[in-house]
Amino acid sequence: MSRDLSNIIIWSKNKPGVFFRILWLFRRKRFNIESATVGHTEVPGITRFTITVTGDKDQVRNMCKQVHKLIDIVRVEDVPDEKLVSRELAMMKVGVKDKEEKAEILRVLEHFRARVMNMTKDSLVIEVTGSEEKIDAFYENMKDFQIIEFVRAGRTALYK
Amino acid sequence: MNTKFHRLKEGDKVQGAEIVCECLVRQGIKIIFGYPGGANIPIYDALYRYPSLHHVLVRHEQGAAHAAEGYAWATGNVGVCFTTSGPGATNLVTGLADAMLDSVPLVCITGQVPSGLIGTDAFQETDVVGVTLPVTKHNYLITRPEEIVSVIHEAFYIASHGRPGPVLIDIAKDAQTGYAVFHYPRQQDYLKEKVKMKATDDEVVKITNLLNSAQKPLIVAGHGMLLSGDGKTLLAIAEKQDIPVTLTQLGLSTIPTNHRLYMGMPGMHGNVAANRAPNQCDVLLAVGMRFHDRVTGEVANYAPQAKIIHIDIDPSEIGKNVKPYLGVVGDAKTVLEQILPRLKSKKNQEWLSQFTAWKNEEKVKVFDKELKSKKLKSAQVVEMLSEETNNSATIVADVGQNQMYAARYYSYRSYNSHFTSGGLGTMGFALPAGMGAKSGDPEREVWIVIGDGGIQMTLQELATIVQEKLDLKIALLNNNYLGMVRQWQELFYKGNYSEVKLKNPNFQKLCEGFGIPSLKVTNQNDVRKAIRKARKTKGPYLVEFIVEAEENVFPMIPAGAGLDGMIVCKEDMKK
Repeated sequence: MSRDLSNIIIWSKNKPGVFFRILWLFRRKRFNIESATVGHTEVPGITRFTITVTGDKDQVRNMCKQVHKLIDIVRVEDVPDEKLVSRELAMMKVGVKDKEEKAEILRVLEHFRARVMNMTKDSLVIEVTGSEEKIDAFYENMKDFQIIEFVRAGRTALYK
Repeated sequence: MNTKFHRLKEGDKVQGAEIVCECLVRQGIKIIFGYPGGANIPIYDALYRYPSLHHVLVRHEQGAAHAAEGYAWATGNVGVCFTTSGPGATNLVTGLADAMLDSVPLVCITGQVPSGLIGTDAFQETDVVGVTLPVTKHNYLITRPEEIVSVIHEAFYIASHGRPGPVLIDIAKDAQTGYAVFHYPRQQDYLKEKVKMKATDDEVVKITNLLNSAQKPLIVAGHGMLLSGDGKTLLAIAEKQDIPVTLTQLGLSTIPTNHRLYMGMPGMHGNVAANRAPNQCDVLLAVGMRFHDRVTGEVANYAPQAKIIHIDIDPSEIGKNVKPYLGVVGDAKTVLEQILPRLKSKKNQEWLSQFTAWKNEEKVKVFDKELKSKKLKSAQVVEMLSEETNNSATIVADVGQNQMYAARYYSYRSYNSHFTSGGLGTMGFALPAGMGAKSGDPEREVWIVIGDGGIQMTLQELATIVQEKLDLKIALLNNNYLGMVRQWQELFYKGNYSEVKLKNPNFQKLCEGFGIPSLKVTNQNDVRKAIRKARKTKGPYLVEFIVEAEENVFPMIPAGAGLDGMIVCKEDMKK
């Protein structure tokens, strides 16, 4: 994942089709979305999107104005990294051969403060949160094991 | 509010379809352009009980959309369309896209299959909200009758406020037939947070300082200026400081063409002065325009030396195409009114004399050649039309060469008297749009200027014109070619005329079939006579002018070239 990311935070009315309208506009302006998270906020009826894109900063600025024109959008901001605390959640299912390997995996998990969410005889489901870099590093460290599934939820962020 | 035509009282429990009609009446709507079908029959049934809503039965839904655009343009009100689901709605798409690019306020109400069938690929079902999302300012799907009142109220507000645009409301059939209690909403500001009308004090000071200290100022005004209400403020500013004014194609008729400070239209086929000036001025005041590629040519070479002040009501236009020295979000007229009292009076003879030279160059190289030619030229037809109509008719121009001749050779004297499809360039626009303009404002003398290609794209609306008994005149410039494409092929594609020759119908017989009187003109001597005959005849009239087949519109900035690449006339090209 490229590090030259813009954080676009969007507040919208919680109406059907809003996400579609936003995604359509990003596609129309030829932005490739790196990650997008969406959910309810402290204000009832208001949905918050955190969308990361790579691209020319001027174009990102114009993109934000275009997004703001959408009727259901309440507020849009292009926020620099230093003003945000951001996190990403990732989950991984990994196969376990024997006790020895399990212990090895658990040592990696401890290092990354990852948690085991489900454990069976021959697999673990792991949750890890942190910056994208941390999750990249976590993945690198787990590559030697048998990764069955891996999913990243995308960046979400709050103002400092 | 005039309550004469209201049929419903607060608290009445009625069908959704009736609420639709009642809302339109309360929005002040008198004319609807539409076409009935299976999914909007309930609305047409309700319409039957609303004699104050005059319905124009078009022959194709695209015609409804363009007619509504013409209506909106002529009246300043929101144009309204009714169509059915599926093909009825998809036929609107071109018109919506046209209105979107040219900022024309429309509310289009489409019928949708019953809500239980949505998503099942039912008969005449299309995902209309999905299809029209990219070509509308906003759109809605209504599945319950209770939603109708507030959505229509909001839709009209959105269509007409800020930068205007088309809004579509898709109403499921069961929401039309279901019952709801009627409560009309109070007026509210739906776009409160989004529309900034005035410049801040700081911005006003900055604009004024720039203009007060400018040596070679230039104004480029566009559709936003026209939409914001009048050209007087613009003219007052220009006159106070002797600033030359150019008007983009959609800004034409904002100020009179014969005014001493009017320097023409910039752009691909614009006037010499209007295309030379941007690269020589020191301050460029761009107001209510968007630096369209047809206006700027290659954008990197557009006015690089100038301090550009860009005033527009749409924040996303500021810096989108051209990066201004000063960008100001606001309504064109409102901002100009703010700066006018702060401007000091100035004379600018030297700078203006430069324009006289440019104008003279165009006169010698272009106008004289076109207007004094022995062959019948489109330019001559439009010029004579201008004279015969006292320069005060409303010209609804189609797309292509005819559009450029209409823009360049008619001398617009009355405010808001030129309509065309500028952004989308929709061939076939003019016939229905002219029809809509005449329906909305019967006092206007409306002339449609159209080519033989364009007229055949929406030809069926001739029947609507007859059915509506519209006193509407059509100047058909027939060169038996798709002229603009042929011109490009001649100039840039080695004269390979690929698929531009038209074997046309006999337009006289065609008109006869529709019941429209017509004349065919093949030489210069008959032009005025024919125009007079058309003007004297009450009702629709078509004059077919057989113009020189291979004429070219000049000047021309080839696609992709900068303003300095302007070719003034064909002889210049060979050099």
